[in-house]
Amino acid sequence: MSRRFTYSLFLCVAFPVAAISLTPAEKLDAPPAATKLERKNFTQKVESYKVLTDANTKEVTKAVLKGQFEMVFIPGGDVTVGSPEGQAGRLPNEGPRYKAKVGNFWMQKVEITWNDWDIFWYDEAFLKADHKDAAKLGADAVTRPTNTFLDETYDHGRDGHPALSMTHHAAMVYCEWLRKKTGRLYRLPTEAEWEYAARAGKGDTAYFFGNDPKDLGEYAWFVENSKDDDFPEKPKGCTHKVGSKKPNPFGVHDLYGNVWEWTLDQYDPKSYEKRAKNALNLNPVSVPTADKWAHVVRGGSWADKPEKLRSASRRVSEESWQKHDPQEPRSIWWLTKMDVVGFRVVLAEEEQPDLAAMKPKVVKKSE
Amino acid sequence: MSSAKNRRDFLKSTAAAGAVVSASGANLFAAAGNETIKVGLIGCGGRGTGAVRNLLDAEAKINGANAKVEIVAVADVFKSQAENAAKSFKSDNVKSPFKKYAAQIKVTPETTFDGLDAYQKLLNAGVDLVILATPPGFRPTHLEAAVKAGKHIFCEKPVAVDATGIRKCYEMVEESKKKNIAIVAGTQRRHQKGYIETIKKLQDGAIGDIVATRCAWNGNGIWFHGRAKDEADAHYQIRNWYHFLWMSGDHIVEQHVHNLDVINWIMNDHPIKAIGMGGRSAGNESRPAGDPNQVGNIWDHYAVEFEYKNGVKMYSYCRHIPGDNDVSESVVGTKGKCRVSNYVINNEQVATDDIDAYVQEHIDLLNSIRASKPLNELKNVTDSTFTAILGRNASYACRTLKWDDALKANDDTMPKNLTLEAALKVNGAPTPGAWRLPPAVG
Repeated sequence: MSRRFTYSLFLCVAFPVAAISLTPAEKLDAPPAATKLERKNFTQKVESYKVLTDANTKEVTKAVLKGQFEMVFIPGGDVTVGSPEGQAGRLPNEGPRYKAKVGNFWMQKVEITWNDWDIFWYDEAFLKADHKDAAKLGADAVTRPTNTFLDETYDHGRDGHPALSMTHHAAMVYCEWLRKKTGRLYRLPTEAEWEYAARAGKGDTAYFFGNDPKDLGEYAWFVENSKDDDFPEKPKGCTHKVGSKKPNPFGVHDLYGNVWEWTLDQYDPKSYEKRAKNALNLNPVSVPTADKWAHVVRGGSWADKPEKLRSASRRVSEESWQKHDPQEPRSIWWLTKMDVVGFRVVLAEEEQPDLAAMKPKVVKKSE
Repeated sequence: MSSAKNRRDFLKSTAAAGAVVSASGANLFAAAGNETIKVGLIGCGGRGTGAVRNLLDAEAKINGANAKVEIVAVADVFKSQAENAAKSFKSDNVKSPFKKYAAQIKVTPETTFDGLDAYQKLLNAGVDLVILATPPGFRPTHLEAAVKAGKHIFCEKPVAVDATGIRKCYEMVEESKKKNIAIVAGTQRRHQKGYIETIKKLQDGAIGDIVATRCAWNGNGIWFHGRAKDEADAHYQIRNWYHFLWMSGDHIVEQHVHNLDVINWIMNDHPIKAIGMGGRSAGNESRPAGDPNQVGNIWDHYAVEFEYKNGVKMYSYCRHIPGDNDVSESVVGTKGKCRVSNYVINNEQVATDDIDAYVQEHIDLLNSIRASKPLNELKNVTDSTFTAILGRNASYACRTLKWDDALKANDDTMPKNLTLEAALKVNGAPTPGAWRLPPAVG
């Protein structure tokens, strides 16, 4: 098993309070100038810090959080989004099919891990969403997810395991934060990009390797193999460290299984019908709105049967995904107990203007 | 409750309540059978508002379009909070979860109450059932008033933050039973199918005799509401209630009570003693360092060893510091082990959930009222709340504390002559070992 990220926490020497700027994110609006990327894989480094104060001495320590993840270059091309009628396990929401052309992009090699997530979640250069000063920030300012009530891992592993149970909005804000940190226009993959990456140029079959799921276990964690002796309290299965199965032909891991992955688009079945009437759709997307519901997750999870892991399988988010949230209004950050949903990020070589300008828009009153 | 003083208090309160129930007893009968149940919400924060949603969802599951539950009044210390709840219940937004229940929302400006006495006004506003969802420090007072007024109760956990409050709750156990009042507590795991089935198996001997138990609520922390400029002490402490001992009872009481309750449920008992340790270590986002009047005075970690009268131990941990988290209950028996919170016995899945427990508890409450077989969970939730208080105080003291001694202690944290604008200085978080159990009352 290979570890595809590094993560470390450095405790810097203590220094006076005044030396640490707790100025909220607004000051970081001019991100670092990103260097132009070559058409090959690259490693994205990320760094943040949290502030710790010794309760007795009042000494302030800045704990630097460092991490990195790999981005895989994916040459653009054509894909037919959706499944042909008659495919085993197909649901009606996988049609109508439409043809799409997607541009060159980079896709995160593995799903976002808790290690990646924590660099964002604890980044004290940005305010927590429930901080008293957060309300004074502009509508599009980056704030960080609130704490969860329950253990956010739900007894799945943490170190190297995919982050899970976050809302689409939380994943969007993670990307917005990453934009500010890196100067690069990271975002969630569009449905078309996700399916293009999953099909990996291999046509209409259920999986990139064919219609028969017998080889699925080489590439994916799903209900038939996700039980892990290291997690005896999870007899129905659990998540596994990202990147511990074979990659697909593009060199991307875990598109099938482990956790479902958020895609960017606001769910709109009519848009599929419209696109189906076009001979080809260039970089199709339904730009996400302020509506909390609905969006599409792709790829199936550790808990799913093989047919849910097919390249065309769609699962649409809905209000019931938050039925275990005891608060009203319910969180805009967390899907309590929804331990099958995570995400990964992409970066387009040439970003569409509406996606470059896109901001996460869901607010507390959204339902 | 064995001391002469407590018996005297009990008799006194029973006599006083007798007068009240004859005046308002009609409400109680109106709530049974086929009549509409009129509901008032006391405590209009996220949980209280959420409980109203759960209650309306529960009634929809029971009676579909013929719902016979109405939300008639709301009360909160803060005017804006009460008004916001009323407004959200009456929202016209098609996306509001309350929109489909619009015909059942009967809250008016006249039945929207604020201030420290708002709960009393609400109890006088023609309600049959009240939801108690304020910060826990107020709960014993509200419980007592609601029981004396003869109202059915959905009561959030915990039910008290100190021994004085607990004694009041135990008195109300007796009185509420006498009056046939239904009291369902916010320890929702007791209404969760997976827990019920798993614990039945344990009590039927699935792992033999239980020899050890463990539970935890280790998490990253909770919200922290910073102090507004010129905000009065009392106002701030109530608004940022989680961080002040007299309001929340500390996180072992406010949150970990859920896990302690599950083990008590399995053991069908409460512990008889405890020893523990802990502290407030972290200057971090959910426990900032600084003046306790600004940052509060609760701890952020506990490790407590409880003992039941049959000698079985409960190892309990709770933490509000970011790290590897764990919210669970486990037990070990002579024939195996059980991860109770996962419904796993000897590594096999033995149960699953169906309806969300936050809705199920209201279904059970409404059904019990209508069947005139009122559920009364006050004893259980009081036992579990005091289990948490016992563990907390043993940790503050760094000494073994016995249940009976701790229960008699004159431990009373509620400020006297409280007003919203009161100047109210608090001590820092208790220094481990320096805290002493107050002498017994009477």
